[in-house]
Amino acid sequence: MSTALLIARREFSSYFRSWLGPVLMAALLLTDGVLFYWKIGLDQKLLSAQVLIEFFYNSSGPLMIAAIILTIRLLAEERQTGTLILLNTSPVRDRDIVLGKFLAAYGVLALTTLLSVYMPLWIFVHGKVAIGHIVVGYVGLLLLGAAITAIGVFGSALAGSQVVAAIISALMAAVFVLLWLLAKASEPPLNQYLAALAVHHENFKPFMNGILLPSGVVFYVVFTYAFLFASVKVLEARRWR
Amino acid sequence: MIEIQELYKYYGDQRAVGPLTTSIERGEIIGLLGLNGAGKTTTLRILACDLLPTSGRVAVDGLDVVEEPDRVKSKVGYLPDRPPLYEDLSVNDYLTFAARLRGVPSAKTAKLVAEAVELTELGDVAKKIIGALSHGYKQRVGIAQAIVHAPDFVVLDEPISGLDPVQIVEMRELVKNLKGDHTVVLSSHILSEISETCDRILVINSGKIEWSGTERELSVALRQGSRVAITVRLAGQSSEAAQARASEIARSVPGVSAVDAVSASESGPGIAAISVRGEGDLRDALCRALVQADVGVLSLGREQELESMFLELLGESGEGATPRRKKKRRKDGEGDAPAAAPSDGGAT
Repeated sequence: MSTALLIARREFSSYFRSWLGPVLMAALLLTDGVLFYWKIGLDQKLLSAQVLIEFFYNSSGPLMIAAIILTIRLLAEERQTGTLILLNTSPVRDRDIVLGKFLAAYGVLALTTLLSVYMPLWIFVHGKVAIGHIVVGYVGLLLLGAAITAIGVFGSALAGSQVVAAIISALMAAVFVLLWLLAKASEPPLNQYLAALAVHHENFKPFMNGILLPSGVVFYVVFTYAFLFASVKVLEARRWR
Repeated sequence: MIEIQELYKYYGDQRAVGPLTTSIERGEIIGLLGLNGAGKTTTLRILACDLLPTSGRVAVDGLDVVEEPDRVKSKVGYLPDRPPLYEDLSVNDYLTFAARLRGVPSAKTAKLVAEAVELTELGDVAKKIIGALSHGYKQRVGIAQAIVHAPDFVVLDEPISGLDPVQIVEMRELVKNLKGDHTVVLSSHILSEISETCDRILVINSGKIEWSGTERELSVALRQGSRVAITVRLAGQSSEAAQARASEIARSVPGVSAVDAVSASESGPGIAAISVRGEGDLRDALCRALVQADVGVLSLGREQELESMFLELLGESGEGATPRRKKKRRKDGEGDAPAAAPSDGGAT
């Protein structure tokens, strides 16, 4: 675990030694802010709770895009520049490499997400919403962010270049987000399985509405773990090639 | 000690290494010499636990690279052909990260980083960002990361590649300085790059060790039966007559098996060139015979440098040479090499 934290610390700080970290954080906060203002400014008849639901819904899209952008470089860039050899030839387990990379990207994403809290607090001060709704909404955003970050880590582990990593990750994320559409077009019981696997729609809605369902938490934790586990297996397999 | 027994590595159906068996004693500097694609990098990557062997056994101090990779990694420092550098970090920060990654306790890290910086003479640039350094310095940082955890074995893949002549001399000194504290295995495809640095050379071709020994032994082995190029001048004679006379004298020298007329690189009355093949080093006997026969010797020396003989050795043993290379060598072999081909130790 200490090695994973060592890798995470280096990776996290590298986001802020380049333009990527600050620009992405600024872009994400700006987008969230614009969408929030647009909702409040143009539709002032909405109830406070409805505005909060809209805020979480609107924030989830940019959050998923940011998660993909943050993870593209993680392993694909290391492979491209040859620095992955430093990790591979050090007494570091593959799971520590994957976990360290994940924690770094997720750290930036979580930090940015939490920086947007002034908007729900504004609703809390000027309207009528429960603090629990805000907390549960943020738990949902953070769990969704972890799931998409894990997909991005997996895509980066599979790819030999950052462009390919971006394509693989975006495609996989799109498939898991759009599964609910496929569910709508399917017959029972298949539609239930597909809807349950959709990373955003059915699983994220309760969090948006301020309802904390254990099944939703379990889904995101298992989803995240599965993709991180697959990433570790990809790294292990590459040594045998 | 490093022991490699019947090592094989396949990429799909393609055999990159094998069968490869050798051993490396503690304290040696070993040069792994071979053409591109001979299997050097794959062998070194297996030694550094970056790749797993398909079959066979590789052990470092008795520790198997498959069964105990983490313990092997702690004992080995590896510099790949492209140094694994985080260019956004300063040299000190990068080496600290590399040391901590290799399990060096935080209390010892500063001391070991300082030692690595001192040994690789990076003191002037220790606080600079790696991305801003020259190629030579980056290569030094690469070596520093390979030794920062004080490993017993240091594996360097083409450490001299891409350096300018001054940097090459400095790098040779640096590698020599590693001797004693470390066992060093380094690779190159250019004989002269490692001949001055290594105690022993392993010539690898098509994933197999073709030859093993000191540079001196390699030189003697390669030069058996090499050709001697001679340019002569016979005053008052035509070039044709001078060539015929020189050939006749050369044939009379014991050990000469063939004499061929070749075109001389310089022109003038009575100037001619011949190429002589025979057993062993015939240069002094040929020179003496020509001078005693009153034939002027303008130049006399081996037709090929050690380097090209080494390439020929690898080509003749066959599998590693590409068809294009083989074809080119055959073409070069048609007729004879120019009389004034580069020579070493030639009389003028």
